[in-house]
Amino acid sequence: MGKTTAEKIFDAHTVDRPFGDITVIRLDAVFCHEITTPIAINDLVKRGKDRVFDPDKIKVVIDHVTPAKDSKTAMQGKILRDWARRNHIKDFFDIGRNGVCHALFPEKGFARPGYTIIMGDSHTCTHGAFGAFAAGVGTTDLEVGILKGVCAFHYPKSIKININGRLKKGVYAKDVILSIIGKMGVNGATNKVIEFTGNVVDDMAMEERMTLCNMAVEAGATCGICYPDMTTVSYLWEFIKGDYLSTEAALEDYQQFRADPDALYDNIIGLDVSSLEPQMTYGFKPDQVKPVSEMAGLPVDQVYIGSCTNGRLEDLRIAARVLKGNRISDSVRAIVSPATPKIYNEALQEGIIGIFMDAGFCVTNPTCGACLGMSNGVLADGEVCASTTNRNFNGRMGKGGMVHLMSPATAAASAITGFITNSALFEKIGG
Amino acid sequence: MKNFSGNVLFLDRSDINTDEIIPAKYLTENSKEALKPYLLEDLVLKGFDPRKDISGKHVVVTRGNFGCGSSREHAPWAFEVNDINMVIGEGFARIFKQNMFNCGMMAVELSPDTIDHIFKTCGGKATTIETDFGSQCMIIRADGFEEKIVFSISGFDKALVEKGGWVEYADLNY
Repeated sequence: MGKTTAEKIFDAHTVDRPFGDITVIRLDAVFCHEITTPIAINDLVKRGKDRVFDPDKIKVVIDHVTPAKDSKTAMQGKILRDWARRNHIKDFFDIGRNGVCHALFPEKGFARPGYTIIMGDSHTCTHGAFGAFAAGVGTTDLEVGILKGVCAFHYPKSIKININGRLKKGVYAKDVILSIIGKMGVNGATNKVIEFTGNVVDDMAMEERMTLCNMAVEAGATCGICYPDMTTVSYLWEFIKGDYLSTEAALEDYQQFRADPDALYDNIIGLDVSSLEPQMTYGFKPDQVKPVSEMAGLPVDQVYIGSCTNGRLEDLRIAARVLKGNRISDSVRAIVSPATPKIYNEALQEGIIGIFMDAGFCVTNPTCGACLGMSNGVLADGEVCASTTNRNFNGRMGKGGMVHLMSPATAAASAITGFITNSALFEKIGG
Repeated sequence: MKNFSGNVLFLDRSDINTDEIIPAKYLTENSKEALKPYLLEDLVLKGFDPRKDISGKHVVVTRGNFGCGSSREHAPWAFEVNDINMVIGEGFARIFKQNMFNCGMMAVELSPDTIDHIFKTCGGKATTIETDFGSQCMIIRADGFEEKIVFSISGFDKALVEKGGWVEYADLNY
């Protein structure tokens, strides 16, 4: 019997099978940010175990509230900073070099095919785009990961989603994943890994694959996975060129993590996306999804473009194509947060930041802040936000606020008009 | 081992997420105790008032996919500091469930029919649950009603509860 990608990765990392299908795996990387790590650090100190299993495998960033907004968030940063220093963790990204973890760490080459990765953040599933097993965990799992370099999971069961066809103009990876979550439900993949395959995924850039995998957890999935291919190798080449003689050699090595054709799945879902329209959410759950056309005309107070879902360069390019030559409506305020300093800088060089500013956007530093209502764009009671983020829970971006999830194109078009708008109205032909 | 018996708090809705259990704005706290006043603050549920209905409760009974969303372990901690160490439901989001057992707490799954039966017979009444961890059963009592319910948790989850959590277990074994 063949194996899925997650099974192959688990089999290569198994340390122990203590009970039934519980599998303790060795970790290739432990990612940390300032919201879920400090309590783990404090606990390790309290236990007299203030050490790390391998400082080179721990990657640390301050990203949720940065710059610090008050004494408490400043202390979270300080606990993380001091800990990284005394444990000789060299990959620590402080303000000026920091960005949204799930955009920054891939950009640094920290996610690789076949890797096992945990982080105290549910959107860690993003890194599965590289053919890795990457899972969000709580602070206790994180603490053990930091100390021992292991984590326990049920042996993975997988669902395969074959995405085929040809996306229409103005329809993006975000629309695809929203439509998938709408069909599966918020509980449709609980305790499962989702393998995203098919010609649409094959044609996607790494950024789009990350958008897809990022929201796997919104269907309950442990991880979203895309098979490593030449797109993966090209993205990682600057980091792996010392390890392989050629890109072909790297690809051949990474192919070992592709699922076998006779692998066993809990479910295989086929999806033709050729007729898919732009999608968005309408309620307080990510599976409450409708075509944008059915929501068109709904007024919005704030537009937010950014986050680990859609704050990457290609997302900003798409939004800028819609915005170019337009100004946002007087009835909205609009915020863009490039997800990393590199993205910010490249957007600046390409003139994209200029387009956002000419349109009337506020350009903020890279941070997760607004997405979870912590800083940099919190909603007031009764306000509505058109957002490129991944969660529309009640109160998510601020108590009493309503969040509608959508693609950067739809968000940008909605900023121009002040109400939910299909981007087809503004997208430049061949732009 | 923690206490898994006491008065029941009914939360009659599926998909209650961790933002509703503890909003993100409180994640800047560096102690578990500081989360105590904010448990379920953003949960909008007919007839539920977090300021009045949490005090004195030790067990939560809810529906499906409880604890979905963010990985924040602040969600189990917010229950723990309010002396609630057990949540019973049809099912749980993976990370929330693991976090509960990692803290030596319990997330117990019962069939949708059993959960529905509990809501129908006990919902809205003063209800208590007495848990016998060793024999994996509980007695539910409300207004003259009494029923024994058998539950099942995995060997790993049982070991975590007995050891007091995953840090203790992993430290001993790895």
